[in-house]
Amino acid sequence: MARNASTGTRIGFTLLAWVIALLLFSPILWTLLTAFKTEAEAIAARPTFFPQTFTLENFAAVQQRSDYIKHATNSVIVSLGSTLLGLLIGIPAAWAMAFAPTRRTKDVLMWMLSTKMMPAVGVLIPIYLIFRDLRLLDTVHGLTIIMTLINLPIIIWMLYTYFKEIPVDILEASRMDGAELWNEIVHVLVPMAVPGIASTLLLNVILAWNEAFWSITLTSGRAGTLTAFISSFSSPQGLFLAKLSAASLLAIAPILLLGWFSQKQLVRGLTFGAVK
Amino acid sequence: MATAQTRTLSRLMMAPAVIVLLIWMIVPLVMTLWFSFQNYNLLNPMMTGFAGWANYVYVIGDPSFTQALVNTLLLVGGVLLITVIGGTFLALLLDQPIWGQGILRIIVISPFFVMPPVAALVWKNGFMHPGYGMLSHLWRALGLQPIDWFNQFPLQSIIVIVAWQWLPFATLILLTALQSLSEEQREAAEMDGAKAVNRFRYIILPHMARAITIVILIQTIFLLGIFAEIRVTTGGGPGYASTNLTFLVFRTGILSNDIGAGSAGGVVAVILANIVAIFLMRAVGKNLDE
Repeated sequence: MARNASTGTRIGFTLLAWVIALLLFSPILWTLLTAFKTEAEAIAARPTFFPQTFTLENFAAVQQRSDYIKHATNSVIVSLGSTLLGLLIGIPAAWAMAFAPTRRTKDVLMWMLSTKMMPAVGVLIPIYLIFRDLRLLDTVHGLTIIMTLINLPIIIWMLYTYFKEIPVDILEASRMDGAELWNEIVHVLVPMAVPGIASTLLLNVILAWNEAFWSITLTSGRAGTLTAFISSFSSPQGLFLAKLSAASLLAIAPILLLGWFSQKQLVRGLTFGAVK
Repeated sequence: MATAQTRTLSRLMMAPAVIVLLIWMIVPLVMTLWFSFQNYNLLNPMMTGFAGWANYVYVIGDPSFTQALVNTLLLVGGVLLITVIGGTFLALLLDQPIWGQGILRIIVISPFFVMPPVAALVWKNGFMHPGYGMLSHLWRALGLQPIDWFNQFPLQSIIVIVAWQWLPFATLILLTALQSLSEEQREAAEMDGAKAVNRFRYIILPHMARAITIVILIQTIFLLGIFAEIRVTTGGGPGYASTNLTFLVFRTGILSNDIGAGSAGGVVAVILANIVAIFLMRAVGKNLDE
């Protein structure tokens, strides 16, 4: 608002903003610090801020006990696999809707969005039974299929809002040159759409990585992703604060970094282009 | 412009997405609907056949359903209240000319990227644990008796955790909307000598109205399906004190193997979500017309 605010006001606002931001961040910061403490120090009656004896043993223990690497690999396969599969199906659909719209395009888009509104729990039981009968329970490919389906509407919507901003004239010009439609897509559209596709990819990897409902209900030991892995620590024998913190940190660190890069696209993607 | 050839082609390009989503939407929903009218319990294979409305009567008639429904509404309402008011306040604050704005944005958005089970476990053990949680240290330092949050305030504790996850989302959306308010509009208002309160009420708030609506609707869709936070903290308890509709269906259908009753609960959840969805579609649909 007041761009020419006095220095005093500015210092006040700055301080207030930092205090609130750090309070909001404190659970993450606390996890980070606790992960490097010994178990005794983590639950000591007198809490310490910085680790007194800096240790990496928690990370080793987590890996040994619950095989972090295996679960992280599952997470990478499921989130990347479902996103790529979603892009494969979504890019042609979004392209068609953005550049060859018909009277029904809007209805189709709204209908696709409506599938996202369906609460997962409404279809949990049939999916669970189908997966059981097809032996897809606790498999990486089974979960990848579900993840593709739940994120496909968002993928199409995001791509659609990006594609719509590409000027049609350019496509028309290339068509005049006799370029085939496929060439048009590969050589004209794709290079212009790459930033949009990249944002879509990033956001959907994040969403799939953090998805907890289907990964917890449909997987366990073998195909468990990191959300399932970390949920296993809720059982009593998992209640070791330092190890839990180490496991938590390992589970969130990769996506936190990705998230910081994609926060601007996040707004647009999650509001289906309604807020830019 | 659209020749017959392009039309056919665009239909072909849309076909995979449409078919896949059609199957995904219809097959399981029809199955849920079908199961909800069947006697179907995995533990009792003798019980089969058409059940009529029995599953619905059983599910809706059970006190746990009423409680789960109330809990669902409290959870959604409580989190919305905290995140919309807190988010508006934070967005206004971050929009001020302050030092380190870029870094602050990143710090504030961080909780949104924390996966739900981690968020819940970090709060449960690092903060709310009555023995060594941060809050218990704080309570002791103040000379108070530490609180066993998940036993005494199970639903409120979950509301706090979920609000912590979604406050960044609300803040980020509202801040984005706020920053699209044109500089001229702000300056014009300032020149007129409009007071800060009036500026907020007559210029900023109307400008943010749509973003607030969207925040409310999108969050509602996600908040109706809260699951992991309950699963890893209270397991829906004590009793049914922190069981929402999603968790009740999971409990009935998957944990207790009562497919029929679980499906009936699922149908109820779908109906509830649809009521919300209709409003969201209208809000997003308006944007499409522009």
